[in-house]
Order: sequence, then structure tokens, then C-alpha cells
Amino acid sequence: MGVLLKADKIFGGYSNKPVINNVSLEINQGDFLGIIGPNGGGKSTLLRLMSRAILPTKGKIILEGEDLRKINSREVARKIAFIPQLTLINFSFTVWEIVLMGRIPHLSRLKAEGKKDFSIAERALSLTDALHLKNRRIDELSAGELQRVIIAKALAQEPLLLFLDEPTSHLDIGHQVQTLDLLAELNQKNNLSIVIVLHDLNLAGEYCKKIILLNEGGIFEQGTPAQVLTYQNIESLYKTVVVVKDNPITLRPHVLLIPGNKKCKQE
Amino acid sequence: MDKILKRKIILLSAILVLAVILGILKGSVNLSFSELFSKENRQILNLRFVRVILAIVAASGLSICGIVLQAILRNPLAEPYLLGTSSGAGLGAVIALTLGVAVTYIPFAAFIGAILSTLLVYSISRERGKIGVQSLILSGVIVSIAFSAIILFLLSTSERQTLHGISWWLWGNLEVFDYKLLLIVSVIVALGIFTVYLFSQDLNAISIGEEEAIHLGVNVELVKKILLFLVSLITAAIISVCGIIGFVGLIIPHISRLVIGPNHKFLIPVSCILSSAFMLLCDSFARTLFSPSEIPIGVITAIVGAPIFIILLKKSEAR
Repeated sequence: MGVLLKADKIFGGYSNKPVINNVSLEINQGDFLGIIGPNGGGKSTLLRLMSRAILPTKGKIILEGEDLRKINSREVARKIAFIPQLTLINFSFTVWEIVLMGRIPHLSRLKAEGKKDFSIAERALSLTDALHLKNRRIDELSAGELQRVIIAKALAQEPLLLFLDEPTSHLDIGHQVQTLDLLAELNQKNNLSIVIVLHDLNLAGEYCKKIILLNEGGIFEQGTPAQVLTYQNIESLYKTVVVVKDNPITLRPHVLLIPGNKKCKQE
Repeated sequence: MDKILKRKIILLSAILVLAVILGILKGSVNLSFSELFSKENRQILNLRFVRVILAIVAASGLSICGIVLQAILRNPLAEPYLLGTSSGAGLGAVIALTLGVAVTYIPFAAFIGAILSTLLVYSISRERGKIGVQSLILSGVIVSIAFSAIILFLLSTSERQTLHGISWWLWGNLEVFDYKLLLIVSVIVALGIFTVYLFSQDLNAISIGEEEAIHLGVNVELVKKILLFLVSLITAAIISVCGIIGFVGLIIPHISRLVIGPNHKFLIPVSCILSSAFMLLCDSFARTLFSPSEIPIGVITAIVGAPIFIILLKKSEAR
């Protein structure tokens, strides 16, 4: 398995306040990596650093053997697609127009989309089961449909890596599972490597092959879900009492909340 | 889809052609067809012809600037004068008039005023090399208010003569005084629109969000800077030759989007056609409604434009 992206002791953030402090990690081909951690821990910032939306103040990020600083954002966009938390589109583009935008990094300024781009966009829509929405307007879609279209746009970029920043936070559990099932399928069948920031620890536990637990801009723990999602880790970072049990069907770790229980902590 | 698109464009072009013919045939002086093309009226024909050209140039430029700003700022209320261009141009012209500068140089003073005020707005909103969308809108509004106050102050303290010289600025006028100036402005606007068109795909990406655009490989900050520069240049050039014509740059982008959709590849050319037709029709009204006296074109664009816009908006909501 080849290393796709490697972060080497990176620091970075916004203006003068560094958010990420000395993080090193590797993303391999076929990974399904979850990034979890308390609010303000630097999850989104780490994702934005790795996708070159912002540049690190210190350290190096290597994408397929090349320094991320030395390649331009168009080249990055051909390799990394990014799905932000919430996509609010005020203009009534059609679904087809949105998905074709995924071809922007592959097209030179004056070139219109050709047959190849159309077939890639069509394939992306059918992979996300959204081909029937093709001629609909983007502002008419439900949240779940919109999410599938946004993923189709990302797939049209033909990326090696797909980054997602809390893509399920505004979806109901049905659509959450639908979205993550789709990602798992793309990960397995299409060998798409996925890095996903998740708030929901149980979703992370169910779907991710590997998890990084981020706290105060540094890696607190990394490994398989069972290694990372222990009650000790979660209680110490989230300052709340939990019980970790295995899901009886999938045998993956499941985090159960204990409401209003401050006393247990002192025991 | 493509067939419908073609039909729409053909229909709009036909309307534009009719508007051009109307603009040439109708004027404040009523002439029959044969009279108009007779030798002794060559002068009038020429004047009407350049007036049509100015209408097309001003309308296309203003609507494209509106489109660009609405996309970059993702704000439906954005319009070409938002960046302080209009008040800057007005201030430049008023100062020049107060100082007694010859009338032929007034457009130049207005152009300089427009550019300087845009630079001011831009530098206020700039933070760490980035242009914040919200701060750009706010600083534009604030500079406009301050400059308008200075304009009013200068006008209230100066003699009447100056006041009259400036009034056409504030309301807009398509009369061509200087052919050379018209030529220069037309070239600036045409090149400007062409360059904006090269950025259609970037505009599409930015209009769905800056963050999205970045991840599609668009160099958002650079594209924004280039486009803001083009917008201020085009607006300043147009203001210098025909004053402030409101509403076209705000409303035509919206109407065009309702007609053809938000894809800038089609939106930009369609807006040029639609805004030109709209401007020519408004100008015909302006010249003929109370002929021989002329109503300022800005008044007509607002009065005609508002109901059209409301009807289209209601129709699109009902869909």
C-alpha cells in the first residue's frame, strides 16, 4: 500500500494563533481514516492544512512525493476533493452544472467540458445514486439528496483522496447511515481513500478503519477504533462519563453516554 | 436543454435588434423615416447612432459588473456602485467643477474619483492580504455615505451654475458629448467584459462558496482581486461618460438568471443582450414621453425596472 499523503511535524492555523501543533501522520491508499476530538481541537484545521486551503507555518506536507507548497491548488484539486460541513448554494444551478464543476481542475480556462467530462460526471452521479436528479435545481433538493450531489461533484474531480468535514452533522440518522454506507462502498469498490472529520464517535467507530483522536492541536491517540475509543481516552478529553460497549451486530466499539453523572468521575 | 437555450438567445437578440431600430427611429425630435435618412438630418442620425452605442456599452458593462459582484460577494443586493465608485466619481466631478476645471475634463476627474474611492474601499476592507466579503460591503457603504455628504456640502456652498452642471451626473444621461471619449470607454468596457468572461468558470465555483472554489483549485484571492479591479475600471469608465444610471446593474443580473440560470458562461452574454435592450427601451421612453424635454434615464430604469422585476420574482417563486 502506497503512502498518498504524509504530514511531517506540521504547525499551522489562522493568523497568529497556531491551532495545529506538531502533527505527523500518514495516509495510505485505501485508508478510511476518521479524525475525532473535542471542539476546538483542530480537526477542521488539520483537514484544511492537508488540502492546501491553508499553508502550514512549519513542517512539510508531502502529497504523492511532492511538497504541497510547491504544487498549485489546481493540481491539488485533481488529487484531493473536499466536502465541507454544510454547502449552502444561493444560486439555482442545476445538479448537472454543479457536478460538472468537479471537472474545473481538469480543464484549462478556455476549454469547455468534452465528452469525457460528461461521462465522468454521469458516472459520478450514478455512483452516488443521484442520476435521476440530474436536471433538478440544486435549491429544490432535500438535505440528503444535496449531500449525494455534493459527493458526486467531489467524485467528478477523480480524486485519490476524499476529505470530508463533518458531512453528517445536519442529517438525520437515516441519511447519516446512507452517506457513510456510500463512502464505505466507494472506499472498498473504488479504492478511494477517505479522511473524515466526525463529531459522532459511534459513526467513527462503525465506519473508520483507523481513527486519530485530536486534542489541543496534537494527536492524543491513533489506531483502530477499538484502540482509540476507550472510555479512558474519551472521559479524559471530553470531560464526560461514558461506557464503551461493543455493538452486538458489528462488534465495533459503541460509546454510551451517562447523563448528569459527575460523581462517577471522582470515584 | 441546448435547444431551449438557443431559442432564448435568438429571441432576446431579436428584441435587442428591435430596440436598436427603435432607438434610431425615435427621438426627442419627431422625424419620419425618409426625413431621418435625408442629407440635412445626417447630424441627428449620427447622434442617435452613437447614443445607441453608448446605451449598449453602458448597459452591458453595468450588468456584468453587477453579476460579478453578486457572485463574489454572494449577495443579491450587490451592484456596480457598491464599491463607492458612484460617489467617488460624483465627488471627483464636483471638486473639478468647483475648482473651475474646463467641462471637457470633467469625465476624467470623475474617472479618477471613481478609481480612488474604489482603492480606498478596497484598502479599508483588506486584512492580511485578503479581502473580506462583509467588510468590503460595509466599507463600500461607508465611503459612499461620507462622499455623498461631501458632495452635498460642496453643492450647497457653491453657486447655482455648478449645481446644474452636476445634476446630469447624479441621474445619468446617454447624450454623447465627446466621440473620442466614447471610443475609449467602449474599448475599456469591451475588453473588461471579455476578460470577465474568461473567468466564467471561476465565477461559477466562487458563487457556490469561496471554500468550495478553493477546493476546486481556484485561486480565490487572486481571482477576486482581478475581478474587483475589472469591475471598478468598467464602472469608472461608464460613469465618466454617462453619469450614474441606477438599477440596471442590480436588476438585469437577476432577470437574466431567471431567464437563463446562474451559469456564467451563458449568463454573461445573455445579460449583455438583455441589459442593452432594456436600456435602449428605457432611453426611448426618456426621450419621447415628455418630448422635447428629456427625463433622466436613471428615473426611467428604476420606474420600468421595478415592476418587471417584481413580476418575474413572483413568477419564479410560484414555480
